Amino acid sequence: MELNSRIPSGPIERLWDETRFNMKLVNPANKRRHSLIVVGSGLAGASAAATLGELGYNVKCFCFQDSPRRAHSIAAQGGINAAKNYQNDGDSIYRLFYDTVKGGDFRAREANVYRLAQISVSIIDQCVAQGVPFAREYGGTLTNRSFGGAQVSRTFYARGQTGQQLLLGAYQALERQVQAGSVAMYPRTEMLDLIVIDGRARGIVTRNLVTGEIDTHLGDAVILGTGGYGNVFYLSTNAKGSNVTASWRAHKRGALFANPCFTQIHPTCIPVSGDYQSKLTLMSESLRNDGRIWVPKQKGDTRPPDRIPESERDYYLERRYPSFGNLVPRDVASRNAKYACDEGRGVGETGLGVYLDFADSIRRLGRKTIEERYGNLFDMYERITGEDPYAVPMRIYPAIHYTMGGLWVDYHLMSSIPGLFVIGEANFSDHGANRLGASALMQGLSDGYFIVPYTVGDYLASNKLEKISESQSEVGNAVALVEQMTQKLLAIDGKRTVDSFHRQLGKIVWDYCGMSRTAGGLRLAIEQIRELREEFWNNLRVPGSAADFNQSLEKAGRVADFFELAELMCVDALERNESCGGHFREEYQTAEGEAQRDDDNYSYVAAWEYRGYGSPEELVKELLEFQYVHPSQRSYK
Amino acid sequence: MRLKLKIWRQQSRSAAGKFVSYPMDDANPDMSMLECLDVLNERLIEAGEDPVAFEHDCREGICGSCGFMINGVAHGPLPATTVCQLTLRHFKEGQELVLEPWRARAFPLIKDLVVDRRSFDRIISSGGYVSVSTGSAPDGNAILVSKESADRAMDAAACIGCGACVAACPNASAALFTGAKIAHLGILPQGKPERDVRALRMVAQMNAEGFGGCTNIGECTGVCPKEIPLEVIAAMNRDYIRGSWRERDNLVTTIRPFTEWSTGSKLKVDRATE
Ligand SMILES: Cc1cc2nc3c(=O)[nH]c(=O)nc-3n(C[C@H](O)[C@H](O)[C@H](O)COP(=O)(O)OP(=O)(O)OC[C@H]3O[C@@H](n4cnc5c(N)ncnc54)[C@H](O)[C@@H]3O)c2cc1C
Ligand code: SF4
Ligand code: FES
Repeated sequence: MELNSRIPSGPIERLWDETRFNMKLVNPANKRRHSLIVVGSGLAGASAAATLGELGYNVKCFCFQDSPRRAHSIAAQGGINAAKNYQNDGDSIYRLFYDTVKGGDFRAREANVYRLAQISVSIIDQCVAQGVPFAREYGGTLTNRSFGGAQVSRTFYARGQTGQQLLLGAYQALERQVQAGSVAMYPRTEMLDLIVIDGRARGIVTRNLVTGEIDTHLGDAVILGTGGYGNVFYLSTNAKGSNVTASWRAHKRGALFANPCFTQIHPTCIPVSGDYQSKLTLMSESLRNDGRIWVPKQKGDTRPPDRIPESERDYYLERRYPSFGNLVPRDVASRNAKYACDEGRGVGETGLGVYLDFADSIRRLGRKTIEERYGNLFDMYERITGEDPYAVPMRIYPAIHYTMGGLWVDYHLMSSIPGLFVIGEANFSDHGANRLGASALMQGLSDGYFIVPYTVGDYLASNKLEKISESQSEVGNAVALVEQMTQKLLAIDGKRTVDSFHRQLGKIVWDYCGMSRTAGGLRLAIEQIRELREEFWNNLRVPGSAADFNQSLEKAGRVADFFELAELMCVDALERNESCGGHFREEYQTAEGEAQRDDDNYSYVAAWEYRGYGSPEELVKELLEFQYVHPSQRSYK
Repeated sequence: MRLKLKIWRQQSRSAAGKFVSYPMDDANPDMSMLECLDVLNERLIEAGEDPVAFEHDCREGICGSCGFMINGVAHGPLPATTVCQLTLRHFKEGQELVLEPWRARAFPLIKDLVVDRRSFDRIISSGGYVSVSTGSAPDGNAILVSKESADRAMDAAACIGCGACVAACPNASAALFTGAKIAHLGILPQGKPERDVRALRMVAQMNAEGFGGCTNIGECTGVCPKEIPLEVIAAMNRDYIRGSWRERDNLVTTIRPFTEWSTGSKLKVDRATE
């Protein structure tokens, strides 16, 4: 397969303008006649569905939660970036563009990232107009903070609930269109397959999660905003329901999956406390501004932290990275915590944790200042662990947090299946091998409010779409496939629960395709994943029936897809013989232990094509060119 | 630690429900209430029984999916905490915990501890927004908002739509939820132009859904995981009265509540006039 990224040529700052100018427009009177299917109601899906509804299209929007307002986006805490330069500290569209390309370790497309930086400005305007209660200065203007090591203050936030407030803004815009009759909302409805007719995406197969009814919805284009796949690791900071099913089933219908091994680990999460643990809680990385990270110098030192004298502590980040210290990027901080624990110097009952100590800051700044800065986070920590972080150092450990990989899309956010658009975390587009803090919210809303509404219109106006009907064989076949899979899952009637398989799968992926990877480990992981998948299909027990509210059945379908994705992640990681961003191959590091890219051989997007169950996927490369930001080696020494 | 769970089991809305007791002899005090149910469910599945259905997603107290009564208190005994963040260390050794779904006419039961809260979406849909289409916004700093207003708006906007307020209220009123949105948007300059009709429509929809009236008991704010203050109800009442006067010549329409889930009937949106 040939990939055409449809990136126009010309000066980068004019590309999006020119693309829009060259687009064909849909006659306003005809918009109503086009049915569009939006799967997902997170920041990306809700903003797209609302905007398409406003434009006059006939939209159906789907989510698996009981309300669109509960999409995983709701949990984002830190904030959203925009190149407003309200702080007059030298920010600009170009700087945000530059930081994002560099932060992504030169594995993202320049044209996409530039457009994202341009649009960032309009996102804030739109959200403010919707009534999103962003933090303000006393004079009434918007406040910013610096986030994730950025040297300018460009992050907008609403307390520690930025994702919630942005999502509620998009949700309310969506509900306004529901009221207007232009959007029909289908909550508790899960997409289980994509319907492709004559090579174009024309609809979806869904299961009603309350009644079990299998249904089809046909339309002129399908837009997936179904989120990331971090839950392949079982334990992650994602919401429990987040899954890869919509993307994966589209992949099996021909949509290429790009860079699956690019996953991001967040260094400051609350460590695992026992086998029953169901998810990991993230704490804002702003904590690293005032907390000092350390472990005991000695292996197996089980003394409580206050009994370990200063001289027997290893502030390893400060030691190894004297100029950045505790503020090194996410991947560097995470990897170093892993090494400390691998050496047997981890703390807490499980030995998988490091201290994040505020004692010095409290001494220096006073408890009150620390309370003002981090009060909420300290409370949350105490609620979960039962320990008081003002008195005892916090324990933290890295956790999987975000997935940069996803379905391959071109500059129009269209996948390799014409008529299938992919937005938000579900696509691979803008973050390369590593995402900067506060950029996911920006990308989701940019895709949904400001890009896909145009590009879908262009697609509809430029292509003649045949009339289709429910009675076509493609529709019936897709339904039959879904029904077969459901029956198959229920019929196994083995001994083990879905969660037990998921937990075991997650551990394999975490151990071998997590923070650091080796060729040997990845090969082993592929073997183990296949074995476990075999057992899954022979020894799974799903209680209940298909015609029922059946949460085990929902999970079983999702875990089945995670099994296949997990293998592809390892294959992709194995193929990429370099280290970049979140992908760290131990064989490829500098003498100082930093990630070593290989731009001569790996400056490409790895897009994978499905070739049938059990057959190896085929690699299609999209070469990346850097005309503006020249690849350089990161250094945080 | 040992706990005794007594859980409401009901296969579907039309089936009869009953309490079933499950001993938990090896609960871990660090587990959350939901993790305790996870462990129970693993055992039930292995024993060939139907697991307990309960709603959850973020498990961080922000999505509003989770929620049930524990010993008669919505979200259990810990203030400002959803059941997903409630750890077992807050209970006593050997304690019996009675788990029941939210019970309210406007929240029909789906299964076990899961109820249908689409009535909340319909309240928002009736007017809980600022009518600004994508692309038409002025610069973010063109409208100044005092820090105090922004903070107060944020206090109200923190609602997670969980429904605990309704479950705790002897009248099953949704005044705290509805008031929170009316207050959030009413405080901000962006929300001012539609303030009157917003209150009218949202209150009309709230009534059409079969939520009870507010008699100022205050149970709602006591259980609210986001500690939404009662003053939002006062704001709602004020806007409603003002709106009733100013908009007295305009008709307010409501959506007729639908409780079925089948795809066919769901799309028909019936409008009634008040
Ligand atoms: C704890 C946490 C904190 C974060 N903080 C920040 C931050 O401060 N700043 C930042 O920029 N980013 C942050 N992120 C990342 C960011 O929140 C996400 O990347 C982003 O919200 C994803 O949005 P989305 O719209 O693409 O997908 P989601 O919000 O995940 O939405 C997916 C939607 O798809 C639906 N769906 C999925 N599959 C199906 C299916 N098969 N059928 C029907 N519907 C389906 C779901 O119901 C849901 O509505 C954070 C992430 C986490 C985990
Ligand atoms: S007002 Fe409080 S209790 Fe009621 S829905 Fe909102 S968050 Fe839940
Ligand atoms: S699961 Fe999201 S609030 Fe409890």
